[in-house]
Amino acid sequence: MARIIAGVGCSHVPAIGVAMDTKITDQPYWQPVFKGFEFSRKWIAEKKPDVIFLVYNDHCTAFDASVIPTFALGCAATFNPADEGWGPRPVPVVRNHQKLASHIAQSLILDEFDITIMNEMEVDHGLTVPLSVMYGEVPQDGEWPALVIPLAVNVVQYPAPTGNRCYNLGKAIRRAVESFDEDLKVVIFGTGGMSHQLQYKRAGLINPEFDTMFLNRLTSDPVGLSKTPHVDYLREAGSEGVEMVMWHVMRGALDDEVREVHRHYHVPASNTAVGHIILENVNA
Amino acid sequence: MKKDYEDIPGTFVFDADRSREGYHLNQFCISLRLQVNRDAFKADPEAYLDRFPMTADQRQAVRDRDWNRLLELGGNIYYTSKLAANDGINFQNLAGLMTGMGVDAYREMMLKGGRSIEGNRYKSEWEKK
Repeated sequence: MARIIAGVGCSHVPAIGVAMDTKITDQPYWQPVFKGFEFSRKWIAEKKPDVIFLVYNDHCTAFDASVIPTFALGCAATFNPADEGWGPRPVPVVRNHQKLASHIAQSLILDEFDITIMNEMEVDHGLTVPLSVMYGEVPQDGEWPALVIPLAVNVVQYPAPTGNRCYNLGKAIRRAVESFDEDLKVVIFGTGGMSHQLQYKRAGLINPEFDTMFLNRLTSDPVGLSKTPHVDYLREAGSEGVEMVMWHVMRGALDDEVREVHRHYHVPASNTAVGHIILENVNA
Repeated sequence: MKKDYEDIPGTFVFDADRSREGYHLNQFCISLRLQVNRDAFKADPEAYLDRFPMTADQRQAVRDRDWNRLLELGGNIYYTSKLAANDGINFQNLAGLMTGMGVDAYREMMLKGGRSIEGNRYKSEWEKK
């Protein structure tokens, strides 16, 4: 049977991808950002997941304003890194576990999560930056070490799905994974955040107290945390901080009881507070 | 309908009303994601803008590169940032322009930990300043 062994929470700031692609990660500005992923790269090399279920948001790349699915599951065989206005990132094509993805699609819909199925999709920095920080530099003509099932969540147009909905979707994803016959190790990523506001006169907002509270309660009070109303994210963590709802999908897919094995928090990367956490199922 | 997020200062929450108002403006901006469109826009900006039935105000704000006005008229940052990228302006410098601080002062603020939440939660706090 396939099983989810751990969850990774991780920001997906585009400038982090640019720093890796232009090989400036050892500059004083970037060094502390990447230092916090040294443990994570060893961790993932040891865990060797077969599949990463990667929850992220598309930044008007695969979806412009004409189509705005709340949850869109990538079921294509491969996903090309997209041109987001400055050329595609020089990273490998992302390969899916297509059979598991289509199994999850069916299982979720029968479990009353009416997701959108994507049989063609390009992926942007929201998906590729978390892979890069966790796996390090992978040459463009190489292969990512794991297969990847993307789940794109709308957080651009208000309202994003509620934290509670995301948490329960995580539970449904777990049921789907555990009903798949093949023996597979799956790690689920929840990406985005942490506090940041990219727009208008309050741009640059950072709230370390809110972010720390969020990271703490992922372990101590995930259900209570998932009930956080949208206006709290928008006010306290900035208009783009609402991306953090995606971490609840990851958390919902884990055991009630988890062990925090790693945490990293740094301000700033560009406009954003970088947050990262690794949670293992206690019985994994 | 009352919106519980309208009292956050210096912030536009991109909801369905703003999305409806800004639709053609945002579709213009996102079209610049692709090189072929960036080339067409560069070759003849007005002819390219004719493809998108935006309002006269929106069109003027595009011409003026008035980044805050674009948001006031229904633009969303993930879209308007493509127009900025077309002009060679990255996210951080765009934020510096929108805050009115300028690029250098904004970058300096971020290096020092960003804009504090204290005094920046409610519009009433800004009105007192």
